[in-house]
Amino acid sequence: MRTKFQEQLDILNKDLMNMGALIEKSIEDAVDALMKKDIDKAKKVMDGDTVIDNEEKKIHNICFNILMQQQPVAKDLRLVSAAMKMVTDMERIGDHASDISEITIFLAKKPLDGRAKHIDRMATETVKMLIESIEAFIDKDIEKARSVIKNDDIIDSLFLKTKQDVIDMISDNRNSGEVATDILMIAKYFERIGDHATNIAEWVIYAYSDTAEEI
Amino acid sequence: MEKQTKIKVRNLDLFYGANHALKNVNMDIKEKSVTAFIGPSGCGKSTFLKTLNRMNDLVDSVKIDGLVELDNENIYGEDVDTTLLRKKIGMVFQQPNPFPMSIYDNIAYGPRVHGIKDKNKLDRIVEESLRGAAIFDEVKDRLKKSALGLSGGQQQRICIARALAVQPDVLLMDEPTSALDPISTAKIEELMDELKKKYTVVVVTHNMQQAVRVSDETAFFLVGEMVEFNRTKDLFAYPKDKRTEDYITGRFG
Repeated sequence: MRTKFQEQLDILNKDLMNMGALIEKSIEDAVDALMKKDIDKAKKVMDGDTVIDNEEKKIHNICFNILMQQQPVAKDLRLVSAAMKMVTDMERIGDHASDISEITIFLAKKPLDGRAKHIDRMATETVKMLIESIEAFIDKDIEKARSVIKNDDIIDSLFLKTKQDVIDMISDNRNSGEVATDILMIAKYFERIGDHATNIAEWVIYAYSDTAEEI
Repeated sequence: MEKQTKIKVRNLDLFYGANHALKNVNMDIKEKSVTAFIGPSGCGKSTFLKTLNRMNDLVDSVKIDGLVELDNENIYGEDVDTTLLRKKIGMVFQQPNPFPMSIYDNIAYGPRVHGIKDKNKLDRIVEESLRGAAIFDEVKDRLKKSALGLSGGQQQRICIARALAVQPDVLLMDEPTSALDPISTAKIEELMDELKKKYTVVVVTHNMQQAVRVSDETAFFLVGEMVEFNRTKDLFAYPKDKRTEDYITGRFG
């Protein structure tokens, strides 16, 4: 019974994990490039986005075929519908890693004002949150997914602090406007990545919870 | 508004000789809704369907314990007239089985048995029944022709019309589309959506996607036991019992 179906589900799971690993690497590299002003690395992140986009299309096709051929129900259906949503969040995270890298290349050529002190921590927390959301998926760990959702508040409050940093930067030095707005953009991308990681965690709960619960 | 219970089943056991075919089944079937029974072959779902209009009475070795009520009246009571009971609870089978007579006479058969002779009245019943089964327009110009000349899907709708002609409350359908092509199946499924506005529909189906599409509530049977009974969308999204989950996801069967 359902040998082929099980194979398809196994492939879907494996590809989702692979996609998770790709975006993890992408965002880690993007953060590293930002911190170290590493233009080459930033360029590599931007180039790598195509791979992530292709992976998204691949996973979408797998889901589409499962829906068409197997008409899944119960936890199979929940996994497939969660996968289709999750992969969109993952692809967006990839886009934002690329967006951050694009700004990194510009910023690397400018002296970074030391007053944007919360951006590093925001980067670290976002990466941590993303990794945990993907771990929650791999381990089918609903509790971990719940803690990821809770942690989104940390990112949101760091965003507000970074915003204040940016305001301070501009009031201290009127010429810092260009750099300051770029830092604000980066902060916003991290904040968005946090939201997508939250979504991934929510889809983990949806896929693996035994009862319909509000997420 | 919560729908009323049309059929109430309590502690129902059924034996075919020594074979315990239904084990302590309890169920409330709601009025004006579609209830689906699913389960592997031999699980008792068709047997259970037949207990709802006492079709099993026709089997010699059968023994039934427990309670089945239609509108709070025990259908196994001593004074129950099974002909009248089956007028209230009509049945449609897997193979379309029109009588070898004209379309008109097929539909008028039941009303005539129940004493209606007036031609105008019969004409009206025939038309209303055929309309109710969404087949009137297809057959209105050939009512005097044999029903056997129709396609399988049309014959099945004639059988539904025939069941409707005696103004039942409940329609039991035993795998009504398993002998039909996808287009005829779709027509019957759409019809079920219409029928439930006026009737209580109970359907046995091997096609789980059909249960998902047409029914409001679904019961899963396994070796004579009713394992799970829930709103269809809950049963197929969040089955509570591991055996239900295994069956609907194709892990056995």
